[in-house]
Parts: sequence; structure tokens; C-alpha cells
Amino acid sequence: MKRMIVLLLVIAVAVPAFAHKASDAYLTVARDGAILSGRWDLALRDLDLALGLDADGDGEITWGEVRARQDAIAALALTRLAISSGGEKCTLQATDLTIDTHTDGAYAVLALAGSCPHPGPTLAIDYSFLFDIDPQHRGLLNYVEAGESRSLVFSAEHPRQVAGGDAGGPLAQFAAYVHEGVWHIWLGFDHILFLVSLLLPAVLVRRDGAWQAATKFRDAFWDVARIVTAFTLAHSITLTLAALSIVSLPSRWVESAIALSVVLAALNNVFPIVQRGRWIAAFAFGLLHGFGFAGALADLGLPTGSLALSLAGFNIGVELGQLAIVAAFLPVAFALRSTWAYRRVVLAGGSTAIVAIAGAWLVERAFDLSLFAPLAAG
Amino acid sequence: MSVMQRGSAWRKLGVVMAAAVSMTGAAVAAPYLPTDDSVVLERLPEKLDPALGELKRMRVALKADPANLDIALIVARRSIEAARETGDPRFLGQAQAALAPWWSAADPPAAALLLRATVRQSQHDFAGALADLDRLITKRPGDGQALLTRATILTVQGRYADAQRDCARLLRLASGLVTTACLASASSLHGDAAGAYRGLTQALLRAGDTADAREWALTLAAEIAWRRGDAAAAEAHFREALALDSRDGYLLGAYADFLLDRNRAREAATLLAGGTRNDALLLRLALAEKALPDRRSEFAVHRQQLADRFAAAKQRGDTLHLREEARFRLDIEGDASAAVALALANWNVQREPADLRILAAAARASGDGEAGRIVAAWLASTRIEDAAVVALAGGPAR
Repeated sequence: MKRMIVLLLVIAVAVPAFAHKASDAYLTVARDGAILSGRWDLALRDLDLALGLDADGDGEITWGEVRARQDAIAALALTRLAISSGGEKCTLQATDLTIDTHTDGAYAVLALAGSCPHPGPTLAIDYSFLFDIDPQHRGLLNYVEAGESRSLVFSAEHPRQVAGGDAGGPLAQFAAYVHEGVWHIWLGFDHILFLVSLLLPAVLVRRDGAWQAATKFRDAFWDVARIVTAFTLAHSITLTLAALSIVSLPSRWVESAIALSVVLAALNNVFPIVQRGRWIAAFAFGLLHGFGFAGALADLGLPTGSLALSLAGFNIGVELGQLAIVAAFLPVAFALRSTWAYRRVVLAGGSTAIVAIAGAWLVERAFDLSLFAPLAAG
Repeated sequence: MSVMQRGSAWRKLGVVMAAAVSMTGAAVAAPYLPTDDSVVLERLPEKLDPALGELKRMRVALKADPANLDIALIVARRSIEAARETGDPRFLGQAQAALAPWWSAADPPAAALLLRATVRQSQHDFAGALADLDRLITKRPGDGQALLTRATILTVQGRYADAQRDCARLLRLASGLVTTACLASASSLHGDAAGAYRGLTQALLRAGDTADAREWALTLAAEIAWRRGDAAAAEAHFREALALDSRDGYLLGAYADFLLDRNRAREAATLLAGGTRNDALLLRLALAEKALPDRRSEFAVHRQQLADRFAAAKQRGDTLHLREEARFRLDIEGDASAAVALALANWNVQREPADLRILAAAARASGDGEAGRIVAAWLASTRIEDAAVVALAGGPAR
């Protein structure tokens, strides 16, 4: 027992702070449009731990030993770094290997080149070099875009960083997220169909169990305004809560519920139950749609440095996209409101079609099936 | 410490860090292509210590069988020892990796729990380490290793009464010297330096302990003697300890501090001539060179190296070097306000005599009232006997 104590004695008094530099790698990533370039400095000591560079086992790493494993070094590095933008993976190659010296020894320097097929405002970088061998390893990222650079740190606890999105100043960044928000609502068929389902009856009035044309444009306008405002308010609340990680819901649950909301909204046009209070439905279901927007925003990535600005930009983009739809819809619907075609074909037929489409989404999403995948992409 | 004080300390630290970050990135070297295959680019640690080559082979064996607790424990323990001997934190990370299957487990096997606590302690995760040790000691009340490790952490945190309770439980589990040294560590900082010193020197008279234990006790005796102002006794203990192990980084640093206090900078510089890879020793070497007019050029080089290393640590978000950095800012850069912010942040983490001393020195140099009050309150509440700190805090001069 005493011997054991003495052994640990050595360990117990090991409290003083450590005296050498810990394991770091230095990663520079520069982005110019779709093109990526960069360099990655990896300590030879760390590469030796991961790959066993010291072929002859003499405790020294020569340039010949490094050169012999050039391909293995590049292959390892590229499996430990993944970059994506706009929700799609970017390509990445190691084009050259040289040597550099940092305060704690020699490093292999990999030159990196790549491209992103659909560059979004941000770049998501997943880093996993050496964490399995030394969890105290850090990847020190220097991200360069539009002549500006910023530093981010990868650790075993934070292997993913979102860079960019704040390049080119706050205004450019804000504009980029507004743009993404607009596109998201236009490409998100489920949100459009929900909104359209609520809007279709706005130019009509239900009297004695039958649809009649609204007499004044102003009434129709205010009906639409109430619905759109309620929807906006609701999804802004949940989008913010989810984007700030205050509330989070499983995405399958959210996506299924969104599909259900579309079914119910369209069904209400065919078999009207709720009439006066459609804005309440817009608000209640809008809360759900906000979680859906948050999922899209998560794919896009929010820059940590200016979260609020980007979030506001995305939200405003969604509103603008929505208003554009309303602006296109309302005058046409008002003009056609008295026609048989509007009531029978557009309202009844359209709503029935929406029920069918959204019903299929609901089945797909709830049971994780793929009935007609392309349409469900929104 | 009140929340307000802590907030203020961190705010000050933030200012210092912002200033330091703006200075980093100055040294950007250019990559090159070596001309010859035979060029040696890097010397691995096993070049100096063949035992580390054996550790490397054990790690390969563990990689093939990562869930094998027996191999994992050997790799983790030897990695921790290597970290201690070389001062290289890469080995601590490797110890953590060896414990990976048990690292996040709620209830790992006792031996893994002990090593996990040791790694956490080295990473300054004292709360995590104490939680592990509490669990371990509840499970195995007679685990002397766990008690000793917990006592060490409690002493670092300034919780002397709790530490002494753990030390007392070692009586029947460890040698008299280990138990006495454990008790003396705490009691010497808690108003009984004379008694602690007497007990320690008496225990040292008895033979039968290992060199490691004796070296530890002798270093402790030297530090207590010097805190009490007895230079001759301190010198004798330091020399006896160095005769047992002349490479122990902690001992070298403590003796160098003593020599610097005694205005024996040339001896300190000679002592540390080979220690430039170790940040803590490099700091003392630079301090010695600063006092030696014929070492101007060496001083300039080492000062820059230290600045680079602190910048590198900052870049990775490392806060393990606050004490050393505070001393660097104060005694080498002459930046008292940066030093006091660092010393306060460090004080929130650890409260060893060296932490109190740099806080007192920085408080005095900067005139920071908050830091001065903390030092005065600590002196009064713990009754620590430290001539240098008392002098800095405005008491009777040494």
C-alpha cells in the first residue's frame, strides 16, 4: 500500500501549470465566391501520433520520412475537415506539402484548394483532427473573406464552427440574410400553400352557408392584413426562440405538424368551420412554421459574431417574400372573386388539391417515407 | 469572494486579453521545402527518454483494444507521469484519450475515476476532480491515493481544514513522512508554519521513504523555511532535494525563486541554463537575466519567446498560465495593471502561496484597491506566515 501511495505522490503534486505548449494546428481558410483556398499547419509530433511518421523508430523525424507519407498525411487531413456552404458540401484537395516551424517545433503545411457548388452567406466547418488521440488538441482557424479575417477555435467540445456571413460589413451581411429569407419562403412550398389556403377565402364572405363576393376591397385587404400579421408575429417568435436555442423541437415532429397545418387550413375552405377567426389559426400554426424556418436557418448557419443582425435579416427576408406573394395574389383574387371559376375551381378545387398534396407530405414526414420527394423538398 | 469582485476581475482580464490578441499574429513564418531527405525536422520525446517509446507501443496496443481497462489504465498513468516529468501537456491529452470510454461515464471503475480526477486537476477543473474524488472516497474510504490527491486540491483552493481532515486519514494508509508532509502543506499556510516545519524536519530524520517522497518533503520544508524568512535552512533543504533529483521542474522553479529573492541572479541563470523548453523555468531564467547586465541579448530573446508562448496559449483559449503570465507582465514587461487583472483571475482559480504573492506584488505595483483588500483579508483569515507577502501588503518590511 505504501508503495502505491508514493507512486501517486508524484501525480498528486503535479498541480503546477504545464510548461509547454499544448497541441494546436493552424488552419487558414479563405473564400472568394465559390472558391476556397487555405493552408493547414499540422505538428509533425501530432502526425507521428496519428500515423507513425518515425519509420525507423529512432525518435527523429526526417524530411524523407515525412515525404514518404505525404499521401497518407493528406488523406488523413482531408477526412478530418469538412466544409459546407448553402447546405451543400464543398470539395477540398491538398495540393502541396511543405514544412514550417512554430514555437513548439516543425509542422507539415498542407496547401488547400476547393470550391462550393452553391455558396451561401456562411461556411460551416467541421474539424476532427487528433481529437481521438489528444482531446486537448485545438484547431485554430483564421477565416479570411472580403479582405477581413477572424479567428475561431475548434475543440473536441466545439468541432463545428460557422464562419463568414459577417464578411463585407454588417450591411452586406444583413442583405445576404434578407436574400436567403426571401428565397426560403419562395422555395418552401408548404409555407406558401398554408398562406394561400388562408388567403383564398379572404376575398369572399360566407353567408347562409354559401360563398359570396366581398363588396369592398378594403374589407378583403384588412382580412388579409390580419392573417399575414398574425402569421408573421407567430413565426417570428418561434424562429427567434429556436435560432437562439431557447426552444428546440424534433424536426420530424415539426415538419409533420406543418404538413398537418396545411391540410387543416385547406380543408377549412372546402368544409368551412372557422371563418371570422382565421387570423387565430394563422397565429397558432404560424408558431409551428417558425420552427420550420429555424431548421432552414440552421442548415444555412448563423455567424456567431453577429447573430442578431443575421437573424433579423433572415426574418425580414421571409416577411418580404411573403408580402410579395400577397401583393401578387390579392388584386387578382379580388378581381376574380365574383366568378364561378374562382369559387369552384380556385377555392374548392385548389383547396382540395392542397389537401391532397399536404396530406401526402404528412404521411411522408410522419412515417419517414418518400412518396414524391422533389415536391417535399420545401 | 463576492460576485462583484469576480466580475470586475474578469472584466479587467478581458481588457488585457484584447490588448494581447491585437499583438499576436506578428510572427508569420514562411513554409519551405527541405532540400535533403536526411534533414531532421523534429526530435520526438522518446529520443530523450526511451521509456516514452514503450508508452508509444502501449498506446498502439490500446488503439487495437480501446475498451481494455487494464491497458488503458497503464497508458493513462504513464502518460500522466510523462506529463509531470516533461511538463508537456500533450501527454495529459493522451491520458484523457486513453480514458475516453470512461471519460464521460457517470460511474467509472475506481482506478479510472482516480486517473480522471488527476487529469481534470491538471486541467484546473478542480470542481470536476473533487466530484470524482468524493465519489471514489465514498466508495473506497481507505484509498490513500484518492485522499492525498483530494488534500492536494483542497490545499490549492485554500480549504485547509478540509485538506487536513483528508491528511489525517492517511495516518494508517501511508508512511509517516507522506502523512506529515500532507498535513504540513496545509497547516503551514494556516497559522502554524513553525509546527508544520518542526514536524516535517523530524519526519525527515527517519529513513525508509523513497527518494520521491523525500524530495517532495524537502522541497516543502525549504519553501516553509523561506516563507518564514530562514534563508539558511531553506538553502540547505533545497540543496538536499536537488541532490535527489536535479531535473524536477517544480523544484528547480522553487529554488530559482529563492535565489532571485536573495539577489543571486547569476546562480539562478546557471541553474536554469538548460530549461528553456519549460515556460515556467524560462520565465525565471528571463527574470535572472534581466538582473544581469552582461546577459542583455539573452534576456531580449527569452523575453520575446515568453511573449510568443503566452500569445500562443491565449490563441487556443488556455488559462492554465495565468500565474506565470501575471508575473511576466509585472516583473518583465512592467505592466502592473495587466498583471493585477491576470493575478485576480488566477486567484479565482487557485490560491497557493505563489498565487498570493503575485497578487500582492501586482496589487502594490498597480495600486489596485480590490486586489489589496483581497490580500489583506486572506492574510487575516488564514494567518499565513509569508514574509514577502507581508512586506508587499504594507506590513513590517523584511
